Amino acid sequence: MDSFLLQIFSGLANGSIYAALGLALVMIYQSTHHINFAQGEMATFATFIAWTLIERGVPYWLAFFLTVGIAFVGGLLVQRIFIKPVERAPVLNNVIVFVGLLVIFNAMSGWIFGQTVKAFNSPFPTTSLVLPQYISGHQLGSLGVTLGVLLVVFLFFKYTPIGLAMRAAAQNPDSASLVGIPVSWMLALGWGLASAIGAVAGIMMAPVVFLDPNMMGGILLYGFAAALLGGIDNPWGAVIGGFIVGVLENILGAYVIGTELKLSVALVLIVGTLTLMPNGLFGRKVVTRV
Amino acid sequence: MHFISTRLIWLVVLAGLFVLPFLLPNFRVFQINLMIVYAIAVLGLNILTGYAGQISLGHGAFYAIGAYAAAILMEHAGFSAYATLPVAAVVCFGAGVLMGFPALRLGGHYLALATFALAMAVPQLLKYKAIAPYTGGVQGIVLSKPNPPFEFRFLGAPLTEDRWLFFVTIAVALPLFLLASNLIKGRIGRAIVAIRDQPIAAGALGVNLAWVKTLTFGLSAAYTGIAGALGAVVIAFVAPDSFTSFLSISLLVGVVVGGLGSIWGALFGAAFIQFVPNVADEISKSAPWAVYGAILIALIYVAPGGVMGAFKKLKSGDAK
Repeated sequence: MDSFLLQIFSGLANGSIYAALGLALVMIYQSTHHINFAQGEMATFATFIAWTLIERGVPYWLAFFLTVGIAFVGGLLVQRIFIKPVERAPVLNNVIVFVGLLVIFNAMSGWIFGQTVKAFNSPFPTTSLVLPQYISGHQLGSLGVTLGVLLVVFLFFKYTPIGLAMRAAAQNPDSASLVGIPVSWMLALGWGLASAIGAVAGIMMAPVVFLDPNMMGGILLYGFAAALLGGIDNPWGAVIGGFIVGVLENILGAYVIGTELKLSVALVLIVGTLTLMPNGLFGRKVVTRV
Repeated sequence: MHFISTRLIWLVVLAGLFVLPFLLPNFRVFQINLMIVYAIAVLGLNILTGYAGQISLGHGAFYAIGAYAAAILMEHAGFSAYATLPVAAVVCFGAGVLMGFPALRLGGHYLALATFALAMAVPQLLKYKAIAPYTGGVQGIVLSKPNPPFEFRFLGAPLTEDRWLFFVTIAVALPLFLLASNLIKGRIGRAIVAIRDQPIAAGALGVNLAWVKTLTFGLSAAYTGIAGALGAVVIAFVAPDSFTSFLSISLLVGVVVGGLGSIWGALFGAAFIQFVPNVADEISKSAPWAVYGAILIALIYVAPGGVMGAFKKLKSGDAK
C-alpha cells in the first residue's frame, strides 16, 4: 500500500508539470488553433538560461523569476517574428514553421550550452515537511509552484481587463477587434504567457530528469497527452488531464509495463484519445459547417 | 522530334549513371547511395504530405520498421539483401494502413501530433528488452554488404560493394519514381489531390475518401519502408538511435526543399539532407540542425514550392 501511495504522489508531482505544459499548449491552441510543437524545446532553452544564471551566482528565486520574464518576452518575440507571417497560412505551412522552431531551439540549446547532461539543483529541502514517507521535498515544492502558477493564470484571465480582452480575442476575433481590442497583440501575449508557463515546467522538471538539450522531448509528449485527454480547448481539462496522465504513467511504469516503454504509453494515449474521443474528457464538441 | 530528344536525354542520363560511380572514390559512392535511399523515402513522404495533404512528422518510424525488417530477415532468417525489400514494403504498407485508420479521423494538426508521437516512441520501442534477441537492443544489428556478383573493372576502378550497391539502389529507385509519377498523373493521383483540395466535393463526386486516404498512407509508408530496408543494406548497420524523431524531421526538410507535391524534387531534397549536414557539421555539432530549422522556415516564407517550385516559376517566366 505504501509503495502504491508513493507512486500516486510522485505521479501527481510529475502530473503537475504535464498539466503546466498542457496548459501552455491549450493557451496557444485556444486562440489560434495551432499546436505548438516547439513548446518543449522553448522550455528547455529557458531552463538553460536559468541554469546559467544560477551557475553565475544569481540566487535561485531571482534566477527563476528572471527566466520566466525572459521566456515571456521570448515567446512574444517568437510570435511576432515567426508565427505572425503564417497566421492565416494553410495548416501544413504552420506545422512546418513550428517544426523549424523546434529544431532551431534544440540546436541552439546544444550549440550555446553544450550537449553534456547537467545537474540542476532543486531549491526545496530533500525531505518534505508533510507526509515525508510518500513525497520528496522537490515533488511537493514543484507541485506547489505549478499549482500556484495555475492559480495566477486563472485569476489573470478571470479578473484582469487584459485577461478578459485575451479571452475575447480568442473566442471571437472579429467582434473583439470591432470593440477595439488589438487581437494580434493579444495572440502575442498568449504566446508570451505560454512560453513563461513552459519555462516554469522546464525549471521544475530539470532536477528530476537532469538538464540536456533533449530534456523536454518525452515530457512534451506527455503534455500533449494531457491536453488532448482533457480536451484541447479546455484549460481546466488540460490541468486535470495532466494529473491523470502523471498518475497513470507512474502506476503503469511501476506495476504493468516498466519504465522502458514510457513514450509508447504516451503514443497510445494520444492516438487512443484522438480516435476514440477526439474532444477529450471535457472538450467542447466541434461541429464544422460545410 | 520531341520524342527523340526525350529518348536521347534518357540515354545520356543512363550512360552517365553507369560511368559516375567509377569516377568517384568509394566513400563518395556510399554517400550517393544513401542520397538515393533518402530520395525514395522523401518521395514516399511527399506522396502523403505533398499530394494527399496529410502531414506526417513520423515517417522516420516507417523507415525504421523497413530497416529493421530487412536487418532481422537477413540476420535471423537467412534472406538475401534483395529479397528483404518486397517484405519490408509489405510490412510497412501494413503499418501505414494501421496508422492510416486514425489518420482518417484526424486532420491537419492532430495527425501531425499523432505521427510526431509515433516518431518519438519508436527508438525507445526498438530498445525494448523483450524483443532484444531479434533487434539486438541498444547495440542494434551489424550486417554485411552484399558482394558484387561478378568481378569488373572500369576506368581503372574495381566494382566494389558500394559501387555495386549504387546500381542496386538505382535499379530500385528508378521504377519506384516512374511508378509514383504515373500513379499521380492517373486517376488515383487525381483522386488523391482532389481529397487534399476539396474533400467534400471529392466525396460527392464518388471518390471513396476512407479508402483512398488509407491506401495513400499505406503506399507512402511502403515507399519509406523500402528506403529503410535499402538504407540498412547500404549502411550495413541498424541501431535504434539512428531512427530518432530527427530522422522524420529530416525527411520533412527533404520534402519542403525539393518541393511539396513534386516527384523529382525528392532528388534535390535528398541531396540537401545528405550533403548539407556534412558541410555544416564542420562549424559545430549542433549547426546542421540550426541550418535545417532556418532553411525550413525561410523556404516556407519565401519559396513554399521548394526547388521544383522555383524551376516551374523560371519555366513559366521563359514562356512569357
